[in-house]
Amino acid sequence: MTRSRRLLVLAVAVLLLGGAGATLVLRAAARADRPQTGGPQTSAGPVTLTAGRDTLTFLGSGQGPHRGALASVPADAPAGTRTVSDLTCQRFHAAAGTGVCLRSSPGALAQDNKAVIVDAALRQVRSFPLAGTPSRARVSPSGRFAAWTVFVSGESYGAAFFSTRTAILDTRTWKLDANLEEFAISMDGRDYRAQDVNFWGVTFAKDDDTFYATLATAGETHLVKGSVSRRSVTTLAKNVECPSLSPDETRIAYKKRVRAGASLWREHVMDLGTLRDHALAERRSVDDQAAWLDDGTLAYGLPGDGAADRTDLWTVPADGSGTPRLLTSGASSPARLG
Amino acid sequence: MYLADRSAPAGAKTAPPDRGPGRAPVVAPTVLALGTVSMITDVSSEMVAAVLPLYLIAGLGLSPLGFGALDGVYNGVSALVQLTGGHLADRVRNHKLVAGIGYGLSALCKPLLLLAHSLGPISVILALERTGKGLRTAPRDALISLSTPDEAQGRAFGVHRAMDTTGALLGPLAAFLILGVAVDGYDAVFGVSACVAVLGVVVLVLFVPSGAGETPPRPAAAPPAARPTPVRLRDAAALLRLPRLRALALCAVLLGLTTVSDAFVYLLLQRRTGLDDQWFPLLPLGTAAVFLLLAVPAGALADRIGRRTVFLTGHALLLAAYGLLLWAPAWPALPYLVLALHGMFYAATDGVLPAAVAATVPESLRATGLAVVGTGQALARFGCSLAFGGAWTLWGTGPALAAAAAGLLCCAAVAGYVLRPLPPPGAAPAAPAPPDPARHP
Repeated sequence: MTRSRRLLVLAVAVLLLGGAGATLVLRAAARADRPQTGGPQTSAGPVTLTAGRDTLTFLGSGQGPHRGALASVPADAPAGTRTVSDLTCQRFHAAAGTGVCLRSSPGALAQDNKAVIVDAALRQVRSFPLAGTPSRARVSPSGRFAAWTVFVSGESYGAAFFSTRTAILDTRTWKLDANLEEFAISMDGRDYRAQDVNFWGVTFAKDDDTFYATLATAGETHLVKGSVSRRSVTTLAKNVECPSLSPDETRIAYKKRVRAGASLWREHVMDLGTLRDHALAERRSVDDQAAWLDDGTLAYGLPGDGAADRTDLWTVPADGSGTPRLLTSGASSPARLG
Repeated sequence: MYLADRSAPAGAKTAPPDRGPGRAPVVAPTVLALGTVSMITDVSSEMVAAVLPLYLIAGLGLSPLGFGALDGVYNGVSALVQLTGGHLADRVRNHKLVAGIGYGLSALCKPLLLLAHSLGPISVILALERTGKGLRTAPRDALISLSTPDEAQGRAFGVHRAMDTTGALLGPLAAFLILGVAVDGYDAVFGVSACVAVLGVVVLVLFVPSGAGETPPRPAAAPPAARPTPVRLRDAAALLRLPRLRALALCAVLLGLTTVSDAFVYLLLQRRTGLDDQWFPLLPLGTAAVFLLLAVPAGALADRIGRRTVFLTGHALLLAAYGLLLWAPAWPALPYLVLALHGMFYAATDGVLPAAVAATVPESLRATGLAVVGTGQALARFGCSLAFGGAWTLWGTGPALAAAAAGLLCCAAVAGYVLRPLPPPGAAPAAPAPPDPARHP
């Protein structure tokens, strides 16, 4: 091939590939502004986090203009018309007038990840930079403490580690424990120290001190019970991830890895008194920190049927009976306020 | 500079700047073409890498823990694929073909990402991607070395690495630009990444001459009669009997065993300096920027004063970085210093090692030789990651790094001795560049 012929072929290739690329980007951009047909009814309006009104909040997860926007529905009509705010997050949780919104937006050179604390009217109170991609968020029942977990990754495929970082924030004093790995660990009655420790999935008790979380070290995950004021945690049981404390504080719901090494989990409930656990009726793999709607019911997200970029919310009885039921489609990060 | 250019007479522009008569062009067109291919391909793969964690977690709702373990194991496999790719390229005597298959395989993986919605298939696709990378590395480096005269190898590899790193820096930029225009447009990012990867393959096919037989004429080239001898596995094994290559492979392995992986360096740096979390993702960019700026000067310097000197200096700089991480007070300038040293280490070693290897391996086994050393180094670094992780767990960060630094010091001393310039038997004193047994039979 002559040089000019080669340049011609190159020019054609650049035009074709550039056209294809531009089309893809424009199509994705247009999709983001177009409401989904057949999706849930929505109306723009104020969402408030005040206790008293029995509502369910979640983030919209379907394609369209309300993707990631905080929405609320009456707790007794979860599939009804959604009130949609203009607060957008990747993960959200709220209790008693405090909300924590983990947000990831594209920056110039890297993702810009933030944890935003909002008040009952969704006004930003404070914002904290995050070291990685948002994963879990929780607010204590009193609204005083907030916790979040992010994934910290190396720079590329070549990275040899993928770790978590979990922080606990006191919204009264604004004291931030930026890394739970600095807490003292007691494992099987002995002090434990290791550099491969990772924490994730904090859940708070009503006393504004006790919390439960997952501790991973040496290839195993443990359920830990911790104290914010004493900056310490104690291991309770193995193979427990993303615990969620029941409102009566007698049980935790959590995801239990089916087989070591496989990314498959079953949702279980453990009695904290006896440490006995049972599987729930949901047989699909749940990769979420479930939320208790009441003392007998759990809600969690699952990938939507046929749509990779959408999650739906499902509920299942906490005692292992019954069958999973669709709560609402195109939603994630459920929380019940009331 | 700009003014001077304008005022210069039109004819003066075409004159080569300060180059002696009869010298080859600064960088061979093949090297520029391969550099362009690598740059484009790196834009494509770094686009995906930049948004992958976000896609897994926010897009698909998966948790990528456990990804790390798989990733580490695959690094080992990828190193062995490199060996296969190198030997295959020599065997079929078509480096361009094998490199092209490698680039093509990686390009094919990008649109596949759109179809995979759980961690298993995604891991498989990423593994295939890495297989493509492993396949192409050795034949590509062989093409670079075969198209460049001996005395300019360092600079040629420097130019290639600088272009490659440019792509790695532009990739995330492009990805975040797309996500800025199209909210949650991961499919657009993967699609554009695929288009970019295909463009890389097109440039390779159009502008890179196929390896064998297209080397520039040089006086001491092997006689043409030697070409048709088929390359066998035995010949590859016999390569390790070349004392100089053995020495280089040994040094690459020893030094690789004490080179703490980038991820750990950044983690240590953050712990040491209490750097804000938000800066953490930007640390690799610091290293890359310094690498990008210094790759060409370091390569040219290696050609001038000796690859051994520059290669060992690079490791001395890494040792200095370890030292700073261990003992320096928490100056505000500490992160910059460590990143600068880290980037200088890459500039002084990443392209200089293949340049030194290329000078010791006969042309017919060039890709195999490069792959042997590259694989040795990659496996050693993988071993170091495991050992360092273990030491970190057992002893804590400080002692682990101190051990690595002590190991690096010992290995660098051994390397300095093993790589000492050997006077060719019965010949003039050693030239600055390592002697070439292949060309002086």
